[in-house]
Amino acid sequence: MGEIATSLVLAGELVATGDERLAAIVMLSLQVSFSATLIACLIGMPLGALLAVGRFPGRRALIVLFNGLMGLPPVVVGLLVYLLLSRAGPLGPFGLLFTPAAMIIAQTVLIVPIVAALARQTIEDEWREYREQLRSLGASRLRSAMTLLWDGRFSLTTSGLAGFGRAIAEVGAVMIVGGNIDGVTRVMTTTIALETSKGDLPLALALGLILIAVVLAVNTAAFVLRQWAEKRWG
Amino acid sequence: MTSRRSFLAAFYTTLLLVATGTQAQERFITVASTTSTEQSGLFGHLLPAFTKASGIKVRVVALGTGQALDMARRGDADVVFVHDQAAEEKFIVEGYGVKRQEVMYNDFVLIGPKPDPARAAGKDILESLRRIEAAKAPFVSRGDKSGTHAAELRYWKTAGVDLNTRKGLWYRDTGSGMGPALNTAASMNAYILADRGTWLAFKNRGELGIVVEGETRLFNQYGVILVNPARHPHVKQAGGQKFIDWLVSAAGQKMIAEYKIDGEQLFFPNAGR
Repeated sequence: MGEIATSLVLAGELVATGDERLAAIVMLSLQVSFSATLIACLIGMPLGALLAVGRFPGRRALIVLFNGLMGLPPVVVGLLVYLLLSRAGPLGPFGLLFTPAAMIIAQTVLIVPIVAALARQTIEDEWREYREQLRSLGASRLRSAMTLLWDGRFSLTTSGLAGFGRAIAEVGAVMIVGGNIDGVTRVMTTTIALETSKGDLPLALALGLILIAVVLAVNTAAFVLRQWAEKRWG
Repeated sequence: MTSRRSFLAAFYTTLLLVATGTQAQERFITVASTTSTEQSGLFGHLLPAFTKASGIKVRVVALGTGQALDMARRGDADVVFVHDQAAEEKFIVEGYGVKRQEVMYNDFVLIGPKPDPARAAGKDILESLRRIEAAKAPFVSRGDKSGTHAAELRYWKTAGVDLNTRKGLWYRDTGSGMGPALNTAASMNAYILADRGTWLAFKNRGELGIVVEGETRLFNQYGVILVNPARHPHVKQAGGQKFIDWLVSAAGQKMIAEYKIDGEQLFFPNAGR
């Protein structure tokens, strides 16, 4: 228990003193994972809506595929993106490896299935409820998908948050494609892994506690924002 | 409808801002190096001085020596700074590197539980390894093709212990970096070969201490190589060469000698000697 207490104190001290390097690392973590979540929502939510509303061959297989891909191992995604972005890979000439952009790409790939699969479930439930109504209005399936996406925007925040949670907590993918370069691609999780490697377990745990606090703060903000928006526009 | 449009507009503007923000260009080189140089804190000590002198930032990706060389083979680094002479020379012969220059050395130490159940303490690393094997005392191996792993395998071979046949539950191949391997050794009170730099900087020691040290065979040489621009045209030759020249210069060598943890020097400069 001594070590955990030490970590708590350490975490408090780090936050209280406003450690500049820590602040930069937290900011980069947020920047990378927010960007990935944003892009994943832009891809995953329409995709989820089409899977929910659409009728085309292979739809069931796709649903199962996306459900399965929610369990994508981050290391595998990292490796895949690494091979694509490496100088010897097909996207090598862009020189994106070991940049925050590479980390955004990897996290996006990782969480698109999560966002898509959860969005599909949400939209499908709505579809069941409003199907007849939309049909009587003469809305096409595409039109219906768009309407349901817009109507379900508040419920869909949960799928976005699930994606964000996965993105900001993973270490395997960003470690490989980012390289954990000090001041460039070092984020919360890779810092925690590094401090664990150095055997500085109290500091590693303190950073972990701060990460959890940051994620909680983001979720609280999202919750409050959603309540407010629902009251205003809902 | 307008609220939807403005919502989307804000969405895309944010996206654009994020995309441009991460694309900021600056002068830098990428160095593939080992966990021992990074985790011991040496780079944190050296790089600000080099950046101040040259205006070039250095991005270090810390991996095991084998992985670092592979990364450079793919063209993902401008300079490699590692410690496995045989592997480095192979890298040059294959045409991936321009020239190998020696920079500094430190030494390996055999770490083990202080009660020393295998009675491995002594001045002969080979004899100590034989005793560990005879006692079937737990031994943690890096198992990750790093420079330290290569050295460990060399010692076993020279000691006449054929791991292929003698390897048992006592020999724990962890496939991890120096720090994680030390964490594992600390938690199971095992013997382990480590580089002195990482050991000195390592905090979670538990019951472990140095069992064998200061033996000529434990010498650990670090070399630096510019990745061959003929092989990978995008290699930042000028910046990379500047970094190498600085490392072996009087100023760079002095900085290396000055790096200490608790008053103990970690790396000994020996460029051009």
